[in-house]
Amino acid sequence: MSNRFKSRYDDDINLFEGRWHLAQYALLIALLLAAPWLLGVYYLGELTAVLIWSLAGLGLMLISGHTGQVSLGHAAFMAIGAFTNLALMMRGWHFIPALLASAVTSGVLGAIISRPILRMSGIYLAIATLALSIIIEDLSILAEPITGGVAGLFAPPIDLFGLTIDRYSSPKAFYYLCLTVLVIVTLGYLNLLRSASGRSFLAVRDSEVSARALGVNVTRAKTLSFALSCAMTGLAGALYAHLAQAVNYESFLVLISITLLLQVVIGGLGSVHGAFFGAIVVVLLPQSIAMLRDFLNNTAGISIAAYPGMDTALFALLILLMVIYEPRGLYGVWFKVRTWLQLFPLYRKGMFRRTRTYLKTERQR
Amino acid sequence: MSLLQVKDLSISFGGVKAVDGVSFDVEPGEVFTLVGPNGAGKSTIFNLISRLYEPGGGRIIFDGEDITGRPAHDVAGLGIARTFQNIELFDHSSVLQNLLIGRHCRRDTRWFEELFFLPKVRRSEREHRRQVEEVIDFLDLAAYRDKLIAGLPYGVRKVVEIARALSSEPKLILLDEPASGLSVEETQNMAWWIEDMQKDLGLTVLMVEHDMSLVSRVSNRVLAVAEGRPLAMGTAAEVQADPKVIEAYLGTEETA
Ligand SMILES: Nc1ncnc2c1ncn2[C@@H]1O[C@H](COP(=O)(O)OP(=O)(O)OP(=O)(O)O)[C@@H](O)[C@H]1O
Ligand SMILES: [Mg+2]
Repeated sequence: MSNRFKSRYDDDINLFEGRWHLAQYALLIALLLAAPWLLGVYYLGELTAVLIWSLAGLGLMLISGHTGQVSLGHAAFMAIGAFTNLALMMRGWHFIPALLASAVTSGVLGAIISRPILRMSGIYLAIATLALSIIIEDLSILAEPITGGVAGLFAPPIDLFGLTIDRYSSPKAFYYLCLTVLVIVTLGYLNLLRSASGRSFLAVRDSEVSARALGVNVTRAKTLSFALSCAMTGLAGALYAHLAQAVNYESFLVLISITLLLQVVIGGLGSVHGAFFGAIVVVLLPQSIAMLRDFLNNTAGISIAAYPGMDTALFALLILLMVIYEPRGLYGVWFKVRTWLQLFPLYRKGMFRRTRTYLKTERQR
Repeated sequence: MSLLQVKDLSISFGGVKAVDGVSFDVEPGEVFTLVGPNGAGKSTIFNLISRLYEPGGGRIIFDGEDITGRPAHDVAGLGIARTFQNIELFDHSSVLQNLLIGRHCRRDTRWFEELFFLPKVRRSEREHRRQVEEVIDFLDLAAYRDKLIAGLPYGVRKVVEIARALSSEPKLILLDEPASGLSVEETQNMAWWIEDMQKDLGLTVLMVEHDMSLVSRVSNRVLAVAEGRPLAMGTAAEVQADPKVIEAYLGTEETA
């Protein structure tokens, strides 16, 4: 199967490890392309939401999962992306330049903000980024000329290649738009990971001292990672604005920042897959709980509708279980299942037992 | 001319003078070893040369250039690589990835080129890989190439850290206690590798080491330090016989 022998350096450089691997992703893309015919309008909308949250999650994954800098403020960059996009479109900008402007604005603001913020680490960094998220809630109201104040902004329809795309009247086109953006961003992300910049991010995450000793400009690496992270999240914000059709100060609450972080933790910090897995959970969990509720109500006559906040509680429970039993998140689970299938029937129990990690002191002795 | 000149280097941490007026020159192609009791300031000297610490006084001249004002991330590119006393590898990456990060200071691509993985980036990646494979061959690491660091035995990690340092094509390599925690056999291998680095790769080695048999075997010159100050310099035998050195070691044993 995929136990191939590598014969060229390109085998390690290429995105796909051989034909079989490529075929799997080709199949996935084919399924995603066919989705509008396989799913009803409602579920297509949910899938679109999964794509958008995946994009936002990818953004956070870069800085938190791959560079090791926690951010509890990424909703702020979704907001920046969303407001930039809508404000420019209302001033007559075409969708594509406005979308790029969302990415650039979020990225540049991210780069500027990252300088003072990324000097901190751990809990201080968490608090500083959280503050960012809180500030943006107020700014969304105060910056009325851009954000439309309390009322917020409505998303105008998107004119693209002669089509008028709008989430409700042309859900398929909007879905394809989101899919295209996500695929392009994911490819860029993977490219970065397989070259020097991506490796420097991992280096910063795992040992800042040796990163510096190996020639990584740590400040620059963090800034670049944060800026690109914010740019991706900004793109997601812009698309989200068109999904929600209207955004205001309540669209990007601190809770969104926290959910995003939970999303990447559940998905699996430090894996690109994780951003996607996490997004599926975040979007579909409330859905599944609603279905479970109806199911219980109809079949067993048990009514749990009386407990509000059920999904948040379940979500939290899921995280707890994850952190305790599978710190590598859903990606870790997936990885194990995949290995089990590949090695069947040779899988050994305890194969993934965590190996003892050696003590690492803060001091550079 | 000396490859590395350390002149009157000092640093203190909250009143404690960890390094106090240390000077020495390392000649091209030699293995120069720092010895001294625990807490003598040996690792601190390394951190000063790597520019991880800002010296309180003194100069560091490498290859004719004063690097005392250079940021830490410039040092690798100039040709100084190092290992750490408490192995500082990237635990969640493979051996290959670690060695490739070792080539960071030789990168010739920009992030926006990498984003699109332009043909130039692919060429550069192949070249980095080729260089890294030479190091893998040299240190006999082929069996571990795709293994994650987190699962490797201690002895192998020590070698991987040296491999990562060598990947940066250094002129000078700083080894902080390369043999600590190694078995007799592994220490033997380490001695061979240090000799090979010197003879085959033409590297200059600056080393900190406690194992005196290893020190005697590979070092051209030895400098003993204690409490941040230089005590004696010479061959391993000369330094070991120096009364001041004997006293310094005895002194720590009494207090220990
Ligand atoms: N970052 C730091 N902050 C405070 N004190 C430090 C720091 N680094 C080193 N020191 C102190 O400087 C002195 C020298 O430490 P150093 O690590 O250089 O010793 P060493 O010679 O490498 O000893 P060992 O053989 O145990 O590795 C010690 O007293 C140590 O506590
Ligand atoms: Mg030391």
